[in-house]
Parts: sequence; C-alpha cells; structure tokens
Amino acid sequence: MAEIQELIKLLGELDDELVGCMRCGMCQAQCPVFAQTGREADVARGKLALLDGLAHEMIKDPKGVKERLDRCLLCGSCQAACPSGVKVVDIFLKARAILTGYMGLPPAKKVIFQQLMTRPQLFDKIVGLGSRFQGVFSKKASEVMGTSCARFASPLGDRHYPNLADKPFHKTQGELNEPRGSSGMRVAFFPGCVTDKVYPRVAEATLKVLRHHGVGIYLPHGQACCGIPALSSGERKSFEKMVETNLSLFEKGDFDYIITVCATCAATLKDVWPMMVEDDTRRERAKAMSGKVMDISQFLVDVLGVEPGEAHGGKKVTYHDPCHLRNSLKVTAQPRNVLKASRGVEFTEMPEAATCCGCGGSFSLEHYDLSRTIGQRKAENVGKSGAELAATSCPACMMQISDMLSQKGENTPVRHVVEVYAEGLK
Amino acid sequence: MADATTLAKDFEAIVGADNVMTHEADLHAYSYDSAVLPSKAPALAVRPTTEDQLARVTRACNQKGLPLTVRGAGTNLSGGTIPEQGGVVILTGALNQVLEINEEDLYAVCQPGVVTAKFAAEVASRGLFYPPDPGSQAVSTLGGNVAENAGGLRGLKYGVTKDYLMGIDFFDVDGEQVTSGSRTVKCVTGYNLPGLMSASEGTLGVFNKLIFKLVPPPQASQAMMAVFDDVQDASRTVASIIRNKIVPCTLEFMDNVTIRTVEGFRGAGLPTDAAALLLIEVDGHPVQVKEDAEKIEKICKEEGVRSIEIARDAEHKGQLWQARRDALPALANFRPTCVLEDATVPRSKMPDMMTALGRIADEYKLTIGTFGHAGDGNLHPTIMTDKRDKDEWHRVEEAVNAIFEEALGMGGTLSGEHGIGIAKSQWMEKETSPATIAYCRKMKAALDPNNILNPGKIIGT
Repeated sequence: MAEIQELIKLLGELDDELVGCMRCGMCQAQCPVFAQTGREADVARGKLALLDGLAHEMIKDPKGVKERLDRCLLCGSCQAACPSGVKVVDIFLKARAILTGYMGLPPAKKVIFQQLMTRPQLFDKIVGLGSRFQGVFSKKASEVMGTSCARFASPLGDRHYPNLADKPFHKTQGELNEPRGSSGMRVAFFPGCVTDKVYPRVAEATLKVLRHHGVGIYLPHGQACCGIPALSSGERKSFEKMVETNLSLFEKGDFDYIITVCATCAATLKDVWPMMVEDDTRRERAKAMSGKVMDISQFLVDVLGVEPGEAHGGKKVTYHDPCHLRNSLKVTAQPRNVLKASRGVEFTEMPEAATCCGCGGSFSLEHYDLSRTIGQRKAENVGKSGAELAATSCPACMMQISDMLSQKGENTPVRHVVEVYAEGLK
Repeated sequence: MADATTLAKDFEAIVGADNVMTHEADLHAYSYDSAVLPSKAPALAVRPTTEDQLARVTRACNQKGLPLTVRGAGTNLSGGTIPEQGGVVILTGALNQVLEINEEDLYAVCQPGVVTAKFAAEVASRGLFYPPDPGSQAVSTLGGNVAENAGGLRGLKYGVTKDYLMGIDFFDVDGEQVTSGSRTVKCVTGYNLPGLMSASEGTLGVFNKLIFKLVPPPQASQAMMAVFDDVQDASRTVASIIRNKIVPCTLEFMDNVTIRTVEGFRGAGLPTDAAALLLIEVDGHPVQVKEDAEKIEKICKEEGVRSIEIARDAEHKGQLWQARRDALPALANFRPTCVLEDATVPRSKMPDMMTALGRIADEYKLTIGTFGHAGDGNLHPTIMTDKRDKDEWHRVEEAVNAIFEEALGMGGTLSGEHGIGIAKSQWMEKETSPATIAYCRKMKAALDPNNILNPGKIIGT
C-alpha cells in the first residue's frame, strides 16, 4: 500500500467536484441499489460524503470506503437527476482509480485486465477455448431463452447465462472496407466484447441493416475492449492501453460515424474516453473521435431518417432503457422509434422502462444477490407489459434480463433493437 | 458508556445483526443532513423493522443514556438529523407501510418511514388528495415531515403538514406507547399532542404511527405567469390578490437574479430583464377557477404587470412551472455552495423584505437569488457561495444573521418550513422570549429526564 498522505492528496484533487454536492438527498429517489438496501452509504450522496470524509481525514479507513464505493452500478441515474449537476459517475471512476492505485488490484483482475484484455488476440483465443469446453460445465436452462446454467457448483452461482458463441463475430466476419452506398454514408463498426463473443447475431443484424440502407462499412480486426471494465475496477493503465489500440485502429479508416450496438461501449467511447484518458495527446485524439460515436438506433433515426410506421400488429415487443444510453447519451426516443418502424412487431411500453436492470457489468459478478433483486423487478415489469419479446440496446442488459426471465420460468425472448428491425427487413 | 462492541450486541439482540451498523464508513454516512453544518458521526445506527423493535430500541437508548436521533431521508435543512457524537441514529426506512387509506372517512394511517410522494400518489390513485408537497417530497418521509412541520408550494391555500395530522402514536423515552388525536374530524380528548409533535424535531418522542386527513382533489385548475418590471409591483400584486379575497393554491415569486440564473441554466426564453416573475395557480370548481383567474389578471394589470401568460393546456402549464422547478437546481449549479434560507414575513411586508434582501446582498457583497412562496410570505433567499472561501463564508454568516434580524423586525419568523434544528437555535430567544425557552426546557426535562431525544435541537442545551 502506498502512503495514506499520498491518497489524501489525490482525493483532494477531486475537491472541486465533491464540493458541488449540497447533500439534498434527491439521489435517493433514483438509485436502484438504495431502493433495495435503504443504506445511505449505497446512494450517491453517501458515497460522496465518504470520499469527502476520507479526503479531509475524517474517516481513516480507505478499504471500508472502497467497499462501499464499489457497491454502485455506475448507471448514472443519480447524475441525470442531480439538482446541483454533480458529475457523480466521473467522480466515482476517478475515485475508484485513486483507491485502486492505493490498495492495488486483486490478483485475478490483474491477470484479466493487464495480461489478457490489453492483448485482444490473446483475449480472443482464451475466450475461444472457453466456448469449446463450456458444454462440459453447463447444461441448457431454457431452449427459448437460449440460456444455460452450471452443471456443478460454479463461480457463476445459479445464474442462467447465454453460452459463448461457437464462433465469435470477428471469426465469422472478415475485415470490411465497403465503399459508400446509396446513402452516401460510411460508418465504422465497433461491436464490443459481449456482442462479439456472446451475441454475434446482433452484429450480423447490424451489418444487414447498414447494407439495407446503403451505408458503407469499415470493420477493422483487432479491436480491443472499450476499457470500461478495467476503468470501473480502477485499473487506469490497462484502460489507457485498450483506448490506444482502438484509437490507432479506427484512425486508419475514413468514415462519418462510429456505430455501436452496446450502450455501455457507446457512452464509454463518447464520454469516458475524452474525460478519463490521462495522456494529453491521446485525450485530444479521443475527443476528436468522440463526436463521431453513435448508437445504432440513434444513427438510424437521426441520420438516416427511419420513421415509425403504421401500427400493423404482430408480436408485442417492449423496450428496456439501458442506463448508459438513457442517462449518459440521453437516447430514449430513437430505439422506440426503430421498434415502431420494425415490421412484424407492435410496440408496447413497460412500467419503469427507465430503471436499471441491475447488471452494471462487474457489479453483477461482485454483488449478485443485489443485482438479482434489482433485475427481478425488471423481469416483473417485462411481464406486466404483456410483451412476447423484450428488446433493448445493450448486450449486457440482454444477458441480465435473459437471466432474470429464464429464472422466473418465463419464455420471453430477449433481443437487441437492431435484431428486431433487421428481422422485418426484406 | 459501554464499549462499541457490547453496545452493538445489545441492539443486535433487538433488531438483528443486519440492522445494526457500526462500521466507521457507514456511520459517517449518517453524520449529516442537507444543512450546511459540520457533520457528527454517531456511535451506531439501527434500523428497526417493526414497531415493537422501535419501542425497544428507544427504551434501550434511555436505559443506557444514549442520545438518539431519528432519521428518515435526512433531507432537512436545519441540522435536525445531525446526531450527537457517540449517540444512536434510528433509521425509519424499514417502517414504510401505508397501513390504511380510508375512503369513507377520508383519512390514512401511515408508518413514519413512508416516502411523501409515494403516499401522495397512492392517495391520488384512490381519487383523494394529500396536499402538503415539500420540495423534497420525492425522498422525504412523512415522519420527517411531521417532525419538521414541512410546508411546500400549496401552503397558501391548503396549509402545511400540521394541518393534516389528525392523530399520532409515539413512544416516550421508556418505550411506552402514547396515543393522541383520532380518526374523527372533531376531537378534543385532552392535550393536543399531534399539535405538540408537529415541528418538535424529534425532541419529544419517537413517532410510531401517523393519521393524516385527506381531502377531495380540486376539479379544475388554471396557471399563469406574470412578468414585472418592478419588484414592488410584483409584491403589491401578491398583497392585492390576497386582499381581494382570492386564495390561489400557489403563488410563487422569482427575482431577477433567479430569473437570469434559471435562463442561463435552461435557456427556455425567460425575460432576463424582468425584475420579477409571479407564477400563480388557482384551483377548485371550474366556474370559480375561471372567475378567480380573470380577477387575478385584472389585478396584475392594475398593479402594472408587463405581460401575463395564461396556460392553454396541461403541456403549456408544465412549461410555465418549469421555471419554478428549475429555480433551486439553477441556483445550486451556479456556485459550489448554496445556502437556502427560509425567513418568513407577514405577506403585507413582502415589498419591505425584498428591499432589505437587496440591501443585504450589496452590503455583504454576496449574490442572493430570491424565490419562494410569496403567497404565504415564505421566501427562500438563496446565497450562492463557496464555503471553502473563508472570507466570503464569514460574510455569508453575517448576511444570514442580518436576514433574520430583518424578518423578526417585520413581525416575521426565523423559519417558515425548514425548522430550527441546530442551525437557528441560538436565535430562538430573540423571536420568542427567555421565559418561552425556559418553559420548553422544563417540559423537555420532565418528558426526557436523561435528555436523550435529539438533544441540542430547537432549544439548545
């Protein structure tokens, strides 16, 4: 462990941001974790007070503060509703990095982030091996949902998870460098890890949709993770490496937009990269790229002008707002409009569509019980909507909602918005 | 005092280990509320999950001589939920049941930890109305609302929390149940303890059950925004509306500083050169609403309004009210620290108070944005500052004192709706009298001989 004085000095640099919290407590109404636990240390105001207390030496226990700081989905609901405009997510990411720097990264995370995820080719290989042997460890949980559960006692507990794809997207799909089509547009495609390795069908649907609209595609191989898992765990160096890999890859291409199909990747590329990258030159490069980042639904509606069609019946589909799309990028209408423009389905709103599904990336690994309690409510709301199909714009939310519905014994398939739209295209 | 481990064990025996918090970090999270005051961490925090546990926790605190502070959402603005060092914080979060909504006799029975907005929504879903709407209602609890006698935007016509508290059940320091008030409209059975408990800030008992009056909702409403070139014209308009025997449900004021800050925040096209805005809403029977709205329009014109905009439909009404909803966030965003005061004056003194606030801002070189409930004289002069700037902070403290001096001088009061807590306790004698404080202290000493119930609040120590 480093010197505590050094920690206090680093936290002190957050003072200008921390001081904006006037402790009004309005974040209590928004926080999905607080809604379950009712503990002040679980809500933004409490965590900000803890960081402030640590920075001003009113608390002497950095470990205790870090444990509480980690109990956060980083969904940004509090930030979106904060009367004082406190940049809660920025503060938490920075504080996690500072505290991790002080306490060190746990050995398992060290291997995953520093050795594996910073080397996309090795990462792909290891996950590829995993997909070949997963049948040994898991069995089908639900045919319709496409979920499995563990055969034996497993670190995944009693989750119902989707299997790793037999072949990840980057294996089935060669590099693409297609020219501008009838739309006159050309986009770069950033599928993200979960899409690539778990839901290649979402990426394939994206290609189909882009081609349908005459959009040229740039898809380079060797893409790294967007870096948010590392950064959320406070591992800034690995984050920096992943950003560099991606930046230099995409800078080679000529395109109008970078399209994402993962809400978290979208928010990371657009907001987190320009804010959290430490290297000055690299941060400028990230800023330059930031303006081009767009979620697929946003691109379809705002750029290509896809409009809701006539209601013509079909399977009832509902929509869950991924936090990073709703709170960070303020994209809420476009995915709904894409669903309304999709043939063969009829859109229906679910109660509390805007609340978090409880996944929060590594939050669900570290606090599964809490994650599940939050997710069960989401599953109930999907049920209440009467939908036969649940759609969303984030593969991580897809995993979580599938898990919850499958455990509930519901046979409601979970799809990405772009899949639903692609299915309706001739 | 027993050591922390033994103490925690004693409380764990009552509420279970999951509901006792002793870790330094958890305790620090209960060391503050929304007031700009130094924090103080308790020795432990307990969360009773039943009324019986609440009684036993209270009794245990008294037996051990531990100061106790009951905490709902911790949103109050006067330090009322800042605990005593070494004391116990009792959390009401798990006592959050609406026990009964009676549609025949128009009342509801609630536990203290029910969130105000959730209660209001549940009441509304039964076709009834619970009017008190404190600004923090999305998170604040009914127990806290009673303890602070919370107000809100509808205070002018519908009154505040105390006007809806029909009955109360609370525990005395020995954990014995005290019951007062009733489910009937009329009730004169003995001392008016619901009245005593309103605004008692947790110093006289621990609330267990609250009975609230419900009313039928208004059938219609009409909102309007009036723009003034002179603060005095706006203030006179307020007085004139009341003098003409019209009681709007809401009559809100925003000064030029607030208008400009809100416009910078939202950019909704507010007139930044206007001296003041009034946001007015009338409700009730459709015929009366129409008549009142016309009268108000006429009064505004007589008093020299620059322009008046009347809401065409629900959406337009929402747009008009957005400016008021933005007032606090806009002011809070402007500088790091935001000191929200609530000195209140008789309505006729509104113009004088506005003049005084302008003078205080100049004298102490501070930016003060004033908005608030003009209709009931409850203004929120909001000082935008940075508490880290020692020199400026000193001027803020002096300006706050000056605001109290002015309000009291006009026959006003220290607090319209935020409470006294520890923030204003040293001023109590000035508004009342030494004998008043002595009387209150004697009462407190008789009911709470060990002085464990939220000590130091309201009447000091």
